[in-house]
Amino acid sequence: MNKDKKTGSLKAQRLVSDIVVHTILAIMAVVWVIPLVWLVLISFRGEAGNNVTTFIPKSFTLANYVKLFTETTTINFPRMFVNTFFIAICSCLISTFFVLAVSFALSRLRWRMRKTYMNMAMVITLFPGFMSMMAVYFLLKAMGLTEGNMIPLALIINFSAGAGVGFHVMKGYMDTIPFALDEAGMLDGATRWQVFTKIILPLCKPMIVYQVITSFLGPWVDFIFAKMICRTSTQYYTVSVGLYTMLEKEYVFQWFNSFAAGAVLISIPISILFIAMQNCYQEAMGGAVKG
Amino acid sequence: MAKAKAPKRLEFAPNPYSLKNSLTKGNLVTKLSAVVMGLGNLANKQILKGLMFLTIEVIYLYYMLTSGIEAIGLLPSLGDTPTQEVWNDNLGAYEYVIGDNSQLILLYGVVAIVITVAFVVLWRAAVSSAYRAQCYKAEGKPLPTFVQDVKAQFDERLYGTLMVPPFVALCIFTITPLLYMIPMAFTNYSKLGDKLVLFDWVGLETFITVVNPSGVIGRQFWSVLGWTLTWAFFATFLCFFLGTIVAMMINRKTTRIKSFWRTIFSLTIAIPQFVSLLVIRTMFEPNGIINTMLINAGIVDSAVPFFTNTTWARCMIIIINLWVGIPYTIMQVTGILQNIPADQYEAASIDGANTVQVFFNITLPYMLFVMAPNMITSFTGNINNFNIIYLLSAGGPTEVGNSAGNTDLLVTWLYKLSVDQQRYNVAAVIGIFTFVVLAIVSLITYRNTGSYKNEEGFR
Repeated sequence: MNKDKKTGSLKAQRLVSDIVVHTILAIMAVVWVIPLVWLVLISFRGEAGNNVTTFIPKSFTLANYVKLFTETTTINFPRMFVNTFFIAICSCLISTFFVLAVSFALSRLRWRMRKTYMNMAMVITLFPGFMSMMAVYFLLKAMGLTEGNMIPLALIINFSAGAGVGFHVMKGYMDTIPFALDEAGMLDGATRWQVFTKIILPLCKPMIVYQVITSFLGPWVDFIFAKMICRTSTQYYTVSVGLYTMLEKEYVFQWFNSFAAGAVLISIPISILFIAMQNCYQEAMGGAVKG
Repeated sequence: MAKAKAPKRLEFAPNPYSLKNSLTKGNLVTKLSAVVMGLGNLANKQILKGLMFLTIEVIYLYYMLTSGIEAIGLLPSLGDTPTQEVWNDNLGAYEYVIGDNSQLILLYGVVAIVITVAFVVLWRAAVSSAYRAQCYKAEGKPLPTFVQDVKAQFDERLYGTLMVPPFVALCIFTITPLLYMIPMAFTNYSKLGDKLVLFDWVGLETFITVVNPSGVIGRQFWSVLGWTLTWAFFATFLCFFLGTIVAMMINRKTTRIKSFWRTIFSLTIAIPQFVSLLVIRTMFEPNGIINTMLINAGIVDSAVPFFTNTTWARCMIIIINLWVGIPYTIMQVTGILQNIPADQYEAASIDGANTVQVFFNITLPYMLFVMAPNMITSFTGNINNFNIIYLLSAGGPTEVGNSAGNTDLLVTWLYKLSVDQQRYNVAAVIGIFTFVVLAIVSLITYRNTGSYKNEEGFR
């Protein structure tokens, strides 16, 4: 490697590849960001209608955001926000408890049917969710949960009832915590419940935050089932159903810009939560208790 | 299979209070507990426990006698009486007599069966509890009081306390609907032929219709299945391949502002998918911004049929999926890339290998080895990728007379068949076939992953 010629040509080669790589990355970054930039631009767009002819709007306004909060007769955005927030909090609490309970029972306790349960969970997850969606709807309807003010309850049930099969990440994390901790606790006279609440749960904190945020985000981004349950009861719409409705034929002309505004408004908190979740996940993966 | 030959290691000693032991070795009171649940507990002064078992039995019997038996009894016929107009002499008018509703009959029948299964589980618990009480008494051990029982639920039997609520929720809202949907595949429950109220068992007829390639549905099934597998293949491997290359470009020693590039790409993961996909769909509409700009720039004369021409739509979906999928790949492989042993790269550079050779001979094989289980998961995930199809093309373009569009996957077709077209029997069959496809892919791989085989490897 001491030959000057070779180092020189290597340097030139490296410079060329540096330029090529940075150019490609820059082009890709632009492609990746364009839809998001465009969304933000549209949310401030002054012209009405959904027929966009220029990338950068001709005039800018805040009216699209104002409209979301003032014109609440046809599409009630604040109401949808409150609905979704309530549903997200409830289903997040229930499903976090379910996931923690199942993960602890599968990871730390040994009982008959344990493997059976895990195999059953795997089989259930293989059925496409949409297959049972109609059946869930019929079942909820037979229970009288698809009418009036029972709709939020039906949505909460839908978002949290299946949490018992979503244990893989949490159980995998608990599996890495040494059993010696449990044994030490039980030698000191702790019951298994105390081992669960006082030893294991505190150790799982980053993973619990990850789980809480994941299940909190579910109702914000899922709209198929919510749309099916709510049907025409617009006062129970969640944000995602509402935004989807804004792009339907009869609303799109009036609501196109406000769709962008609404999308920006909910994307900001969701992105922040998502980044927090990523950090927790990485912290959990890097900082698990070493045996 | 060497695994099958090896003697099975028992994780638990056989249960001394099993149902068989209880019924053969139990005394009269224990045996009578099989008829009157809780009797054994009551006789041994476990009053509360006994009463609980007894109450459960009374409630179950009441339910069965009032509606359960009838619900199960109607299952074989699924109801025959249609809704009729009947002349009512007293009122002097026609009135409707509500007939049978097969869908509800099937639902209530399935629910009655699920309740019965749950009851049998509790019944076994009651009988063995009675036998346990008898054995304890015979051995002179003190019987646990109710308070002790409750305490045990938070210690030795904590698994029960923890598992019951999630499992019950799962049974009611996931397993029961599945058990209700699967039988539909064997009926003619469909808008076709006006079978929405009253329908019958037809055996395997629907399955034959779906796989028969000369029928209308069969032809669509094979084409949808073909596209689903093609899509899943391209979506998985292109994302993986291109994502790895981008991740390597970011990870190069001399690449500047690495965290900036990573942030840009992870932005698209953070934005809710339905928002970004709806935005992209709007951009590519026939009169959307992309077409308008292309026409204004004089590149094309008329709008490009991004989602209205089959070939265009299929390519667009795969390309747009790259936009969605590459950031995920970057996120996953960044850590793995840094773990590739450096000596291999040194050896390669001493041997004079160029970048392309290094990529194909060292990086890619290593990544494929490490990422294989992950890729199978994303392959199955793509087979079930409802959002991207539904939000971008909604399955279209659809040819006249077809129920499936040319970009429909099995799942989106399933959704259309059940929600829009109300052909529930075909939908159920498609669901079962999707399950079979996924099960084959997963069974081969899931059982070979380390986390299943060796879950205690970390300890």
